[in-house]
Amino acid sequence: MSLSSSTVSITQYNVQGKFNSQIIDTVADGLTKHTISDIDQQVSDKAVGWTSFDKPFQPDFSGSSFVYGNYFIFSLRIDKKNIAAKVLKKHYTIEAARRMSESGRDYLSKTEKKLVKDHVLNALCLRIPATPNIYDVVWNLEESSLWFFSNLKAANEELETLFSKSFGLSLRRIFPYSAADIYSNLTDSQRDELQKISPTPFVK
Amino acid sequence: MLDVAVAYNRYKFLGEEFLTWIWYVIEKNQNLLKSFDPDFVALEIGNRIVFENRRKESAERITIKGEGAGLEEGVLALKNGALVTELNMVYRSAELVWRFTLKGESLNISRLSIPQTDLPESDEDLEGYLLEKLFLYDKLLQFFKNLFAHFVKLRISNDWQGKETATIRKWIHSS
Repeated sequence: MSLSSSTVSITQYNVQGKFNSQIIDTVADGLTKHTISDIDQQVSDKAVGWTSFDKPFQPDFSGSSFVYGNYFIFSLRIDKKNIAAKVLKKHYTIEAARRMSESGRDYLSKTEKKLVKDHVLNALCLRIPATPNIYDVVWNLEESSLWFFSNLKAANEELETLFSKSFGLSLRRIFPYSAADIYSNLTDSQRDELQKISPTPFVK
Repeated sequence: MLDVAVAYNRYKFLGEEFLTWIWYVIEKNQNLLKSFDPDFVALEIGNRIVFENRRKESAERITIKGEGAGLEEGVLALKNGALVTELNMVYRSAELVWRFTLKGESLNISRLSIPQTDLPESDEDLEGYLLEKLFLYDKLLQFFKNLFAHFVKLRISNDWQGKETATIRKWIHSS
């Protein structure tokens, strides 16, 4: 989901840890090393990586192109090949029949069935183009905050994993407890109180 | 520090009480909201509220949808012990309007529309366009960040158990 869309979803994060120096170079390096790779006409069925916000199909992080004011803006791209179960079944059935005919048998062993399935999947993956999903990321280094423009669980999990791998920093998701801990500037005794609270009975 | 999954589940109620409290504040104490934004005009209930009542044996979920939908059923849900789990709101500041849904258990924001901005005419305009967009996102997020921080301090104070809970109960039963 793009931050330019007419309606958006946002998951907020707190970035844990800091860079000591050469911040822009370090971020550019992490983005470049984990740039999405094209899997069209390849056997892979999924790819996850960073891409440029303004050119999501021609990623380029050179020359601080991801820096806008105090923000780093880039995108997470998840490319996936979706093969319909019925398409897979059709090609599996044809290939299994061909192999049985070649061998003169009217059955395939468990191992052979698995090999046929893998072969069919690989052949289909080579032919089917991947569907790209692009989710924008806005990172405010000064505030140690990051906005991810999606609430999808799977996309958020991919973000958390790739971010840690790319920059050596971890993301702490904002939800009621973490927000109370991070935003409220609590004293030690207030923190103790927070640990003790239980739901308020608004009705008796 | 608590394990993330444990903390998420254990404190879901905090986000849901926050949304329920916001509804009360919208109805009874808009002045409080002014202290978080000098240009504050109004915070309003939008076109969707979801309630969940976990006091019943099987959790009951009630959704009220539609512009100008009557909130009587919502009040009834509160009287039966439900909390607000998702709240669609309209935030007005100066001449600008934001519409969005806040989810209690995660504090995730969805269906967010921010005030319209002019599209960039050239690549040179892109940075200005983006910074304006980000300013508008940030304004809403900062408002709720500060409001939530205020709520948490109130929630763990003696005032919550005494005065605030009594006032909210009175509002629920008199609505």
